[in-house]
Amino acid sequence: MDAQGLKKSLNGLGFDFFTGVPCSLLGGMIKALGDGYIPSVREDTALGLAAGAYLGGKKPCVLMQNSGIGYSLNVLTSLNLIYDIPVLLIISFRGFAGKDAPEHLVMGKHCVELMETIGIRSKVCDGPEIEAALAEADRHIKDGKPYAVFIKEGAVS
Amino acid sequence: MIMRDAIAGLLSAIKDEYVVCANGFISRDTFNAKDRPRNFYMLGSMGQASSIGLGLAIADPRKKVVVFDGDGNLLMNLGILAMIAQISPKNLIHVVLDNECYDSTGGQPTISSSIDLSGAAKGCGIKNVVKKGPSEDITAAFKDCLAKDGPHFLLLKVARDPSEKVPRVDIKPPEIAARFKRS
Repeated sequence: MDAQGLKKSLNGLGFDFFTGVPCSLLGGMIKALGDGYIPSVREDTALGLAAGAYLGGKKPCVLMQNSGIGYSLNVLTSLNLIYDIPVLLIISFRGFAGKDAPEHLVMGKHCVELMETIGIRSKVCDGPEIEAALAEADRHIKDGKPYAVFIKEGAVS
Repeated sequence: MIMRDAIAGLLSAIKDEYVVCANGFISRDTFNAKDRPRNFYMLGSMGQASSIGLGLAIADPRKKVVVFDGDGNLLMNLGILAMIAQISPKNLIHVVLDNECYDSTGGQPTISSSIDLSGAAKGCGIKNVVKKGPSEDITAAFKDCLAKDGPHFLLLKVARDPSEKVPRVDIKPPEIAARFKRS
């Protein structure tokens, strides 16, 4: 899937507030979003920003590398999940199948189960699966729940 | 001036503004002084009241957004000062009630007594930075912020009340969010 196409799909579902912290795998997406993307200093701060935007009537999406899940856990568990504040997480999947730089391997092994452990539904995607994952995400978001779409290397160009 | 009285003074100047309160005694004091749907009370996620305030201020520039932050909270998310300076929303007033301690966990000291938080805000480039001591008229300083375009950073040095025993916020979190969003 190309980044412009992904942007179009997101806009089509009504997502209108984008923030996050970059990953090389999300570079094309961030470029496609242009001025519509607000750079945050940390992933938890991005989630806070997105929560504020939601309270102000926006439909937010946060982009991050899976390493950012570490910083994000407290906000997901003590803000999003207890206040019913939804957010779409687009998370680049570094360390998939144990193949990556050493700093990505532990999170790569556990990121999906971490989401499951705290009760956030997620889907790991190659390119063609993204559309269906976004539609599924949107159903959870309409119920006030966060949803994580994991993007594997090469899934978005 | 103790924090509870400082918050009561600030609230007396609030009309239709949205107020995002940091977790701990700041939320509790605000809730007990004057609960209103346009108050958002953080229960956890320390550090993030300022992020929520910034996100709200960006999402709807017609809304005037006030953050009641704390020194411990700000130190945990100091990077927000850089983001506020860079985005520079006119409708954001970031108030920091600085009692130099983690009050709700027993008053353990933060490091704010020996560093310059208003200098950090200035250094980042936030447009209007004001610092007031415990004996100064903080309500007047806050009214000035409400009357002018921001972003504002208002650092208020307040005292800790060691006998502080105010009740917790007793509204369920989804209701805090839902009524704030509706209001």
